[in-house]
Amino acid sequence: MKYLSEYRDAEQARLYFNEIRRVTTKPWTLMEICGGQTHSLVRNGILDLLPKYITMVHGPGCPVCVTSVSVIDEAIYLAQQDNVILCSFGDMLRVPGSGKSLLEIKVKGADVRILYSPLEAVQIARENPGKEVVFFAVGFETTAPANALSVIQAHKLGINNYSILASHVTVPPAMEALLSDKENKIDAFLAAGHVCTIMGTEEYYPIAAKYKVPVVVTGFEPLDLLQGILMTILQLEKGEYKVENQYARSVLREGNKPAKDSIQEVFTITDRTWRGIGLISSSGYEVNDNYKKYNARVKFSLAMPFAEENNDCISGDIMKGLKKPLQCPNFGGRCKPEHPVGAPMVSSEGACAAYYHYSGAVELNPTI
Amino acid sequence: MCLAIPGKILSISDTVDETFKTGKVSFGGITNDVNLCMVPDAVINDYVLVHVGVAISRIDEEEAKITFEYLKQIGETNELENK
Ligand code: SF4
Repeated sequence: MKYLSEYRDAEQARLYFNEIRRVTTKPWTLMEICGGQTHSLVRNGILDLLPKYITMVHGPGCPVCVTSVSVIDEAIYLAQQDNVILCSFGDMLRVPGSGKSLLEIKVKGADVRILYSPLEAVQIARENPGKEVVFFAVGFETTAPANALSVIQAHKLGINNYSILASHVTVPPAMEALLSDKENKIDAFLAAGHVCTIMGTEEYYPIAAKYKVPVVVTGFEPLDLLQGILMTILQLEKGEYKVENQYARSVLREGNKPAKDSIQEVFTITDRTWRGIGLISSSGYEVNDNYKKYNARVKFSLAMPFAEENNDCISGDIMKGLKKPLQCPNFGGRCKPEHPVGAPMVSSEGACAAYYHYSGAVELNPTI
Repeated sequence: MCLAIPGKILSISDTVDETFKTGKVSFGGITNDVNLCMVPDAVINDYVLVHVGVAISRIDEEEAKITFEYLKQIGETNELENK
């Protein structure tokens, strides 16, 4: 149950809700990109407190949701090799591949370790010279610098038994893919604050101009989201389509230079298949040729067959903003967090899991 | 997993190579080693946003405290304790 009084500044939240209601004259569909923002919107009851004619749709900014079945299969294959220690962020373990999940093979004895940071994997490689240590390097632009740094550190330390399975994805090409979809309903974007902390805001100007969509870089706390939504609607109502920055306390227009340099040093841009959405050209990072001995795909000569997606899961339509989780026939029945059919039911940053845990527990506050 | 958590730099280790520059960072009392090579201007007592063991930006103290409290409330700081 959520009441406005639980917000860190209830009075400020009330002002934003009132102002959003006052300025909105038409129905608008807004997409938040980041799964952390989705989580916050649902958990804090914002979706229920917004005027009915504002529709929030939930974008593809959740690494657990978009890492393709084929890449999960690659990770599972590697973890099953003798002598391999496969390290991963915890969220990835329960995502179903085409057969099993990493968790299932870990239970059966594969050496799969959950880490907080890729830099710990370099340490594990150093301590286990007789083993091959592979880090499952998923994530958006926010996570890419840390994963790149692990490779740079391994290289400088002369560690040869470390590699990464890179499956990085990047936000701007995905936004363009969604906007180019014939069925697209998205009027504006809340861009992800932490992605922009790394990359800055430059990449969004051409997108806003070409597709005539407002892009407001937004944080993930309730008041950030409310302010971001208000800024977006003010633009839409005036017919503007600018890039604005709500999250200026962390995001500079130029981003973080050393972080961008580390991405540049280790990675090259590649095409990437997004789970549920399909191939998006130039939408990911792969380890570049200079560092290819740290590329697990090269080191283990990976040539996995392409794995089909699960057609029962409508996650693609959800992440494109065409449907909402409650429209999936599996929601809450066949598909639950304990036995997920699709990836967005796995991590709390996935829209389906966020709805499962928090929606319906929302009560309107009569005072607003 | 995509969030960054604010913490306060308590100490910075001496390194010849910037790549390995680390510091002790306190997250509401829990202290972890954090790589500081991407925030070259950060000094002791500064607040930084930390994502998967690497500091990615400096932020001011007031904001750091408010954000940390919010993350704690929603359980996002647990990953620090599971270390
Ligand atoms: S409820 Fe389950 S099956 Fe349906 S879209 Fe969500 S994750 Fe996929």
